[in-house]
Amino acid sequence: MILAAETNESLAQMSNTLVYSSMAVYTLAFLAHIAEWVFGSRSKVGRTAAALTQPETKATVSVQVKAAGGTTVLDRPKVVTRAAAGARDVPDGPGAAGGTVKGDLYGRIAVSLTTLAFLIEAAGVVSRAIAVQRAPWGNMYEFSTTFSTVAVGTYLAFLLAGKNVRWIGLPLVTTVLLDLGVATTWLYTESDQLVPALDSYWLWIHVSTAIFCGAVFYLGAVATLMYLVRDSYENKLANGGTPSGFARSVLERLPSAASLDKFSYRVNAAVFPLWTFTIIAGAIWAGDAWGRYWGWDAKEVWSFITWVGYAAYLHARATAGWKGRKAAYIALVAFGCFLFNYYGVNIFVSSKHSYAGV
Amino acid sequence: MSKSDMTDTADTADTADTADTAGADLSTAPREEAIGGPTLGVVGWIRWFWRQLTSMRVALILLFLLSLGAVPGSLIPQTSADEMKVADFKKAHETLTPLYEKLQLFDVYSSVWFSAIYILLFVSLIGCIVPRTWQFVGQLRGLPPGAPKRLTRLPAYTTWRTEADPEEVREAALAVLKGRRFRAREAGDAVAAEKGYLREVGNLLFHLALIVMLVAFAWGQLLKSEGGKLVVEGDGFSNTLTQYDDFKAGSWFGVDELEPFSFTLDSFTGTYEKSGPQRGTPRTFEAAVTYTRGDGKDEKAVIRVNEPLKVGDSKVYLIAHGYAPVVTVKDGRGKTVFRGAVPLLPLDNNLTSRGAIKVMDGYRDKNGEPEQLGFNAFFVPTFAGDGKGDMFSQFPALDFPAMALSGYHGDLRVNSGLPQNVYQLDLSKMTQYKIDEGTGVAKRMLPGETMTLPDGAGSITFEKEIKEWASFQVSQQPGNGLALAGAIAAIAGLTGSLFIQRRRIWVRAVRGEDGTTVVEMAGLGRSESAKLPEELADLAVALTATAPPAPEPAAPEPESTQDPAAKSEGAEK
Ligand code: HEM
Repeated sequence: MILAAETNESLAQMSNTLVYSSMAVYTLAFLAHIAEWVFGSRSKVGRTAAALTQPETKATVSVQVKAAGGTTVLDRPKVVTRAAAGARDVPDGPGAAGGTVKGDLYGRIAVSLTTLAFLIEAAGVVSRAIAVQRAPWGNMYEFSTTFSTVAVGTYLAFLLAGKNVRWIGLPLVTTVLLDLGVATTWLYTESDQLVPALDSYWLWIHVSTAIFCGAVFYLGAVATLMYLVRDSYENKLANGGTPSGFARSVLERLPSAASLDKFSYRVNAAVFPLWTFTIIAGAIWAGDAWGRYWGWDAKEVWSFITWVGYAAYLHARATAGWKGRKAAYIALVAFGCFLFNYYGVNIFVSSKHSYAGV
Repeated sequence: MSKSDMTDTADTADTADTADTAGADLSTAPREEAIGGPTLGVVGWIRWFWRQLTSMRVALILLFLLSLGAVPGSLIPQTSADEMKVADFKKAHETLTPLYEKLQLFDVYSSVWFSAIYILLFVSLIGCIVPRTWQFVGQLRGLPPGAPKRLTRLPAYTTWRTEADPEEVREAALAVLKGRRFRAREAGDAVAAEKGYLREVGNLLFHLALIVMLVAFAWGQLLKSEGGKLVVEGDGFSNTLTQYDDFKAGSWFGVDELEPFSFTLDSFTGTYEKSGPQRGTPRTFEAAVTYTRGDGKDEKAVIRVNEPLKVGDSKVYLIAHGYAPVVTVKDGRGKTVFRGAVPLLPLDNNLTSRGAIKVMDGYRDKNGEPEQLGFNAFFVPTFAGDGKGDMFSQFPALDFPAMALSGYHGDLRVNSGLPQNVYQLDLSKMTQYKIDEGTGVAKRMLPGETMTLPDGAGSITFEKEIKEWASFQVSQQPGNGLALAGAIAAIAGLTGSLFIQRRRIWVRAVRGEDGTTVVEMAGLGRSESAKLPEELADLAVALTATAPPAPEPAAPEPESTQDPAAKSEGAEK
């Protein structure tokens, strides 16, 4: 009995060390990303670079796929695509490395470091779970560490699937560092068991999906923000304006507004059903724990607001006059509601959920 | 690419045109209409209002209002959640309170304005779904629309020449498309095909499921019942109205709908963290019960915080717990006038508890006159020890229990007609006993000790046996099954609606000037998707089995193949 307690103690200790180590590695990844952006800015980027990446056309069976704002070669018939009516047909930027060898090298180093940090952090989360012998989601410290692990994991999965997401690296690593900093300095809670009300298998279901949704919504929000910035940049160019040197150097390297918009839509739309499920699972759990499925508790209210917010975003995209930038603002507001639900409700509002521990 | 970028203005307008007619009913979303006032009297107004209400724009605005409207309820205390907090808030904010009351801000989720928003939203939803369903049924019964004249204008396009006959190509295209579960038909010189109707089904299912859920909630509110009961270890409860401490029910609830069952609380067990920073944090709460359904057979069960007992339609939840010390009260002649466990109300997390012992009848004073006795009790399960500060509990478990009692005699006024708090004495008609021990009015006792009342008025004993009590909530809410079914349908529908792409494919095969066949394929999706061109390419590859590409006629300018419009015009010449 005592022996077991000691093992747990040292495991919990190890978990803390792992989380701190991952922060150190994330910091290195952050620096490598900065280097990638800096070296990337020394190249002539933009349209010229994009034009280079266009495939050679195969003369025999005119075979080509040309996506709006990007080009893919298939070993098959050439399919010509056009942007939707009224959309700009701008190619994607070359990425942070700007097509430079040095930038690309640093980018690769950054991704490798991020992967390493991710593995260390994941080990930290797992050892914490073993130390406390339960799902590691009993308090905000544990939510925060799991949350950033999942966000980075999702990003790496996108990379692995060959999606054009390396540009997310810098903002992602920055927020992960912030998240972990807040978690270790303000939210830290000794490893411990759960109060009876949290001790349920619904914890596994409800909280794991909630954290996953949060991580993916976060990636969506970053893409949305980038879309807004890149879109005004493209607008300026299209109207004959001259963006500042900084904008030209940084924004030109981002994917086109159309690609960013599509990415954020896909990501948000894909997790929306899961978020719906999360809320329903929470209601079922509340039914078991408190004897009512829905009681308009602060946490429930803000989950609902977030849900309606994302529903509004999906609707806006299908509504004339609301597409594009306005829809993007709605998505950002919806993500703001998610964040408030996560931090704000636990800290400022008294809620039945606050026993989850700050 | 860059070329077509620059010269696209006129082109784009044309694209919109083609895409609009060919893709007109790819979704059943309502057409957006220009906002303009009605022209025709009352009927015109009504029709205009209805059209506005069921438009996507107004649905969007109502969704905003719904989320905005939900906010105040999370920041201002709500009567439905915590009446005490509302009372505190009202005391603290005297100027705001009347305004808040007028705006129903203490009952946001049942307020008139919040109800108005969601009712309007759901009327809008119904007004939107019904015509969309009809329209969709129409689309299902109709055939995929014929090919637009200029396939080059569509979002995904490919073309090649082949030696095969146009009829042969069309036949093969029909077979390939049907093999991939497209709905396809031949229309003129082209094959038209469509797939992904499940998207629309999913979308309609999702919106319908929202209505089902709302109906289920409303139904449940009207028919639900919910009652609380405090039970001391060893005591029982049977599910009838008179047994409840408090009871609430919806307006359609009938008393005879209470599930017939009863249970006895055999024991309650609470364990707590013994050491470390979380010392005192509860670890387990378990209520072991023996229950009987209508049929009279006894069954054992353990009710935990997350595990209610389910009996038929009813669920029994464990809500709270506390201590119930057993006391014995004797009169001056040594006759026992009261013996029982007295449930006390916990005041803090370590279960410092307070309550009242009321001896209503059976007691006679030394002159033989009937009188009532009352005791204020203050109890701690773990006492800090003599002289160690105030009498507050140090730990929630029964490690070192102690109880302080002070006695009163006179009239408890239980029959005064006013509702009485069981945990408090009404002291207006009572006189306090002075005693020799303790503080002169109160005595702190350990289990087994007795306090003697002055002038031969009797005694009260704090027995060694200390019971625990648990309070239960018994709820019965029909409609949960329906709500769950709605929720599952909503998720399924949503998944279909967001992951399935509805798209149309056209394959045109005509004989070109040089005698070979020109095959043109184009695709149009509900939304722009990277999958569509890939699918089109897949289909084209499948089709090249029957219609292998003919060698290109000499020297098609690489530059001009970049511009699809120019190229296909070349083909038509
Ligand atoms: C209770 C509130 C509602 C919620 C939560 C909701 C939710 C949704 C969601 C999540 C979608 C999927 C969006 C997509 O396919 O991209 C959707 C689509 C749609 N909704 Fe709603 N909806 C609600 C009310 C309404 C109302 C009142 C209308 C009628 C005006 C409506 C009309 C539509 C239409 C036409 C679509 C299809 C748009 C498309 O296919 O892109 N919805 N809705």
